[in-house]
Amino acid sequence: MKKLNLAVITSLLVLAVSPVMYSLSANATDKETVNSVATLRDATPIDVQKEPNRIPQVVNKDIKKARNYPMQPPVIPHTIRSYEVNKNNNKCMSCHSRHRTEKSQAPMVSVTHYMDRDGNFLAEMSPRRYFCNQCHVTQLDAEPLVENTFTDMHSLMNDKSKAKKH
Amino acid sequence: MTINRREFIKANAIAAAAAVAGVSVPAVASNLITSSDITKLKWDKAACRFCGTGCSVNVGVMDGKVVATHGDIKSPVNKGLNCVKGYFLSKIMYGKDRLTTPLLRMTNGKYDKEGEFTPISWDQAFNVMAEKANDALKKDGPEAIGMFGSGQWTVQEGYAASKLMKAGFRTNNIDPNARHCMASAVGGFMRTFGIDEPMGCYDDLEAADAFVLWGSNMAEMHPILWTRLTDRRLSAPHVKVAVLSTFEHRSFDLADNGMIFTPQTDLAILNYIAHYIIKTDRVNKDFVNKHTNFRMGETDIGYGLRPEHPLEQKAKNNGKTKGSSTPINFDEYAKFVSTYTVEYTSKLSGVPEHKLEALAEMYADPKVKVTSFWTMGFNQHTRGVWANNLVYNIHLLTGKISTPGNSPFSLTGQPSACGTAREVGTFSHRLPADMVVANPKHRAIAEKIWDLPEGTIPPKPGYHAVLQNRMLKDGKLNFYWVQCNNNMQAAANINEEVYPGYRNPKNFIVVSDPYPTVTAQAADLILPTAMWVEKEGVYGNAERRTQSWYQMVEAPTGAKSDMWQLVEFSKRFKVEDVWPEELIAKKPDVRGKTLFDVLYKDSSVGKFSLDEIPEDRLNDESRHFGFYIQKGLFEEYATFGRGHAHDLAPYDRYHKERGLRWPVVDGKETKWRFKEGSDPYVKPGSGWDFYGKKDGRAIIFALPYEPAAESPDEEYDLWLSTGRVLEHWHSGSMTQRVPELYKAMPDALVYMHPDDAKSRNMRRGDLVKLISRRGEVQTRVETRGRNKPPKGLVYMPWFDASRLVNKVTLDATDPLSKETDYKKCAIKIEKV
Repeated sequence: MKKLNLAVITSLLVLAVSPVMYSLSANATDKETVNSVATLRDATPIDVQKEPNRIPQVVNKDIKKARNYPMQPPVIPHTIRSYEVNKNNNKCMSCHSRHRTEKSQAPMVSVTHYMDRDGNFLAEMSPRRYFCNQCHVTQLDAEPLVENTFTDMHSLMNDKSKAKKH
Repeated sequence: MTINRREFIKANAIAAAAAVAGVSVPAVASNLITSSDITKLKWDKAACRFCGTGCSVNVGVMDGKVVATHGDIKSPVNKGLNCVKGYFLSKIMYGKDRLTTPLLRMTNGKYDKEGEFTPISWDQAFNVMAEKANDALKKDGPEAIGMFGSGQWTVQEGYAASKLMKAGFRTNNIDPNARHCMASAVGGFMRTFGIDEPMGCYDDLEAADAFVLWGSNMAEMHPILWTRLTDRRLSAPHVKVAVLSTFEHRSFDLADNGMIFTPQTDLAILNYIAHYIIKTDRVNKDFVNKHTNFRMGETDIGYGLRPEHPLEQKAKNNGKTKGSSTPINFDEYAKFVSTYTVEYTSKLSGVPEHKLEALAEMYADPKVKVTSFWTMGFNQHTRGVWANNLVYNIHLLTGKISTPGNSPFSLTGQPSACGTAREVGTFSHRLPADMVVANPKHRAIAEKIWDLPEGTIPPKPGYHAVLQNRMLKDGKLNFYWVQCNNNMQAAANINEEVYPGYRNPKNFIVVSDPYPTVTAQAADLILPTAMWVEKEGVYGNAERRTQSWYQMVEAPTGAKSDMWQLVEFSKRFKVEDVWPEELIAKKPDVRGKTLFDVLYKDSSVGKFSLDEIPEDRLNDESRHFGFYIQKGLFEEYATFGRGHAHDLAPYDRYHKERGLRWPVVDGKETKWRFKEGSDPYVKPGSGWDFYGKKDGRAIIFALPYEPAAESPDEEYDLWLSTGRVLEHWHSGSMTQRVPELYKAMPDALVYMHPDDAKSRNMRRGDLVKLISRRGEVQTRVETRGRNKPPKGLVYMPWFDASRLVNKVTLDATDPLSKETDYKKCAIKIEKV
């Protein structure tokens, strides 16, 4: 019922501007055209609005997630609300820089973060790596809409290793 | 309760240990595998699939699957870095809902516009397409056929499509989604310089003393360029960064001078800076006298809406003269900009006077090398071409152009917006190498290269992106093929101007995509499409860098590349089906041949043999068609630009390089165009030579501030700006299927000023409706997110397929570039 109401409201709104549109829109809605393919819309017709879910919480458990491959930047396993990272201040580095990790027991940023564009090591983190959130992101407690079938190289290697032994 | 991180970790240590212990580690997995025949990855280079920055990435393949990606250390663009999207490229091809069979809307085994999507074979798919295309051709001629392509097409795909449409079907109704993205930039380049694309290059980032961001949130939208800018700003403390926007965003984190202006008043600020330069006597007179002309542009040019719209009825000069201009002299120009005083501009824009003065002084100071960057803030603007013209004015008045660090730099959104959309000329009015269909000489050049009779290419520009949707709705465009983009989500005013056309019973809509997008949902036929490294291709980035990659993995069975689809479809048409007799009579040997023969196999496209493909390389398309088609398309395309300031290197060289910036002359790339010593096309002794114009002079345009198409009023009391986010690109069709990117930014929220929320009795997280005169969309309120709009403006990104903000936006366009203004319309917000 809710779906229908919304569609009617949309049609009426549109009617006020363009009378031609009305018949088309109503037509499409009445017949409930097939939408089985619309994965990211949860099979909702284009002219219908599904009620948006609540804003999910940031996952804040401080438990490391396995990386999909060695070069993947790790996701941030805690909230970063009100962390300042600007030209005067980098809150992330107050735990993750080399000389702070003993106190914080946070992982040190990788050695690549101390390299300049030409691969030379600097005494401090490279300014090209300054804005952490260009690569590192928090994760919200949201269930992905579509499964991803990416294969970890480790499982491929295990299969091959097993096959070799047999 | 406050708890610091260490205490938190301590408190959770036991739980965490248990959780970790609970992860079952298979016995085999715990043994380290070291045998190199098992651990070996095959690494190869590719251009990133996402933005116009054009990073090079290394792609690791094992057992036919992409298992890892990382930034290419050898690439001058990104030197080993990627942004979060780039790091997750490995996963974009593996969404579980990849399409693997054509799907046709059917009822009882027959095509039915209102039917259910039903799997069919490729053969059946091409049959119904050919039937529908032929019906449209017979009924209304070539103008009833159209195609909407993409700045994500490879160069070869765009070229194959353009040739099929413009020469095969003889319609210019082909446009790329890049029309939404940088058509205004193209318009600006052509109008000021007579030749498209930036004169500078990314090396400007390490050479400039000051950066100005005009409507560009580089921190999110071009992250790797932002890392280079950050590197420069933080490692050279004299460097300053100015950021202008209609709302505060992440790029403000680095700003020395951050400015929030009222939408549309950027035009006034640009003119104020020119006025300041003149008033303080800092015009580079020698440069201006030798290398520029002044012109007064036409004004009151309308808003690119339908002709019956009241705004178009009111506009005086929205007809053919809208792009015209008349010569003026320096004094007349100086007088024109003198009305843009700091007081007037500050009042209009809301930017404090001292901030405007600091900005203008940066440009005026002859000792400061300035690079200006802009993207959608300028381009998606009903005066987008003007905005581009006006920023060039500033760089031309001061001579700060075409030298390291002095660079007006237009950035692009899509990975091959420059390479495919602009250079190949997949626009409704264009041909390769900046040529246009309306020019008989240009058509003759194309017909000669294509070895086709005179008169093959129609002279009338076709329907551009926005007009295509209007013509679909009006029933004038009846066979429509969408490739490599998601326009049902991306186009403005979906309710009134997009959805009705797709569902118009007169029309047959084909959508090619790897995934079932919103656009696919609105289609009649969906074609499953191979993507990225499942095919060989070339992309061109924003600094004129052309980059190639090989096919690295097989596409899922059933999915075929856009190029395969286009070329295979061309086999369904005999020349007699699509050309009139008098045209065939001019070249009788084409009689009886298919479009595939004429356009591809028997043309210069077909002349490279399969032997040229390295044996260990996949190349599904070439092996299917029987010749090295990617090379053939590229080499034929390259003949358009070689010797005409658009020179490309031989195809094979791109497989060995991390890209080259055109023009590539005598094997050498060009970093700064129009400057003697760095651009081989510059006349010796001239210093600078803007050779796109006959007299070698760039144009400084007098153009005024004019208001936006729609501004807030009592009822619709808020500005709405839309845009992108860091984690998602290309409407989220790939990135929303990567769990880590999805979970980083799952939903498009509306970013609001806390006071605006409070005065509407709303709090963070509340369910609300954004309502415009055209439609509405629901989402949740965000008052403390990464974007901080001023009072009176809200921002909502458009990546979210479940919350289509473009149901609300207005399809007003720049009348010159036909690019939509997605940054300004009036809405109200209500609680649901």
